Amino acid sequence: MGTYRCPGCDYTYDEKQGDVHEGYPPGTAFESLPEDFVCPDCAVRSKEDFEPVCDTRP
Amino acid sequence: MTTTYVLDNPEQGRITYTDKKRYLWMSSLFMPLFPLLGVALYFVYDSQWMLILPLLFSYLAIPVLDYAFGSDENNPPEEIVPQLEQDTYYRLLTWFTVPMHFIVLIAIAWFVGTQSLTFWSVIVLAITAGSYSGLGINTAHELGHKKPQFERFLAKMVLAVPAYGHFCIEHNRGHHRDVATPDDPASSRMGESIYKFMLREIPGATKRGWAVEKERLARLGKSQWSFQNDILQSYALSAVLQGGLILAFGWIMIPFLAIHNFWAWYQLTSANYIEHYGLLREKEANGRYERCQPHHSWNANYVFSNILLFHLERHSDHHANPTRRYQSLRNFDGIPELPNGYYGMYLLAYVPWLWYKVMDKRVLALPHINGDLSKVNIDPAKRDEIYAKYGNSPHVVLAT
Repeated sequence: MGTYRCPGCDYTYDEKQGDVHEGYPPGTAFESLPEDFVCPDCAVRSKEDFEPVCDTRP
Repeated sequence: MTTTYVLDNPEQGRITYTDKKRYLWMSSLFMPLFPLLGVALYFVYDSQWMLILPLLFSYLAIPVLDYAFGSDENNPPEEIVPQLEQDTYYRLLTWFTVPMHFIVLIAIAWFVGTQSLTFWSVIVLAITAGSYSGLGINTAHELGHKKPQFERFLAKMVLAVPAYGHFCIEHNRGHHRDVATPDDPASSRMGESIYKFMLREIPGATKRGWAVEKERLARLGKSQWSFQNDILQSYALSAVLQGGLILAFGWIMIPFLAIHNFWAWYQLTSANYIEHYGLLREKEANGRYERCQPHHSWNANYVFSNILLFHLERHSDHHANPTRRYQSLRNFDGIPELPNGYYGMYLLAYVPWLWYKVMDKRVLALPHINGDLSKVNIDPAKRDEIYAKYGNSPHVVLAT
């Protein structure tokens, strides 16, 4: 399970938590988000712009 | 007392910034006095003529004051923006502005419901209250773009005053996605009058906002009529507020509130009309529109009206960074610039032939357009007329 970040506004999509308000339950893979997914916070960046965040936790 | 932000940057050395407008932003707390001023003067002078003063000020004095005070030289360095964003002072002002909008509508409704007024006075008061509630949509705009849930909740609340609960959803997820494209009901086209635009924008935005919310609820397995519908929650509060005013002050509230609501919506229509007039994002090879660039918004960097509008007129930076707070929005050189503040431009927009005369040549003179009409968002009904008038060759001499 990974985390993806909007490069514009730093919204992060954590696959473990999903985004319940947006209707993506915990465990929803980033890949399975709709193709027309745009950043829920800024709507400037779309799915293809999102960057995977390296998990630095031990 | 001043607050100076300091940052030691490894490459640029010490960067400092003092927000000279810091305390001017407090005017949002005093703005409610303004629509109520006419009412106060009515009691002092016992004349209904006093009721028109706030509107005269809005539409005549503000454009003059924009001209007089001129351009806003304050511009926070990008490096300082994170510190400005963290300063809670600024956000408290937007929060405290929210109850003011309820108070002003209730106060003016009380006045209309309890005084013996002429028909014209009621209309003037409805428009005055509607103008202030239009500013409420601007407050909701500032709050609704922010990440904390509490601020989004406040946005939903304040939108109940002008009964425009769908705005934040439609604006954040519709307008910001489709801005400066023919698909956007909230981006105006060259040759489209504000009156024609209004008939496309008001229903188009309502429909798009509802569709976005319905889609979210469908993912949650909920009906569009569920009370988890953020739009319905705001509408419900509108029904309580405005229904309560009708019960309290009688039938006169029906035309009063209808005009009030319409005028508040029309303020938003006016802002939308001038913010992206004629601007068009290009389509890329993959069929998608290029990302919104600074040259896809019209800006007005005037001190006076920017203070009234939480920096809404620094619109290019807003579209580049929609979640950025008002105090951090920046002005840039070389971006589309309107010849007056938003209030002055609204007046111009209300006289379509004059608007075209002032604005069409400015659209064509933008460096990325340079007379090329294929790069302009044109009203399809006016396409032939505009091509006949302006041709399609780079004939505009750019100002140097």
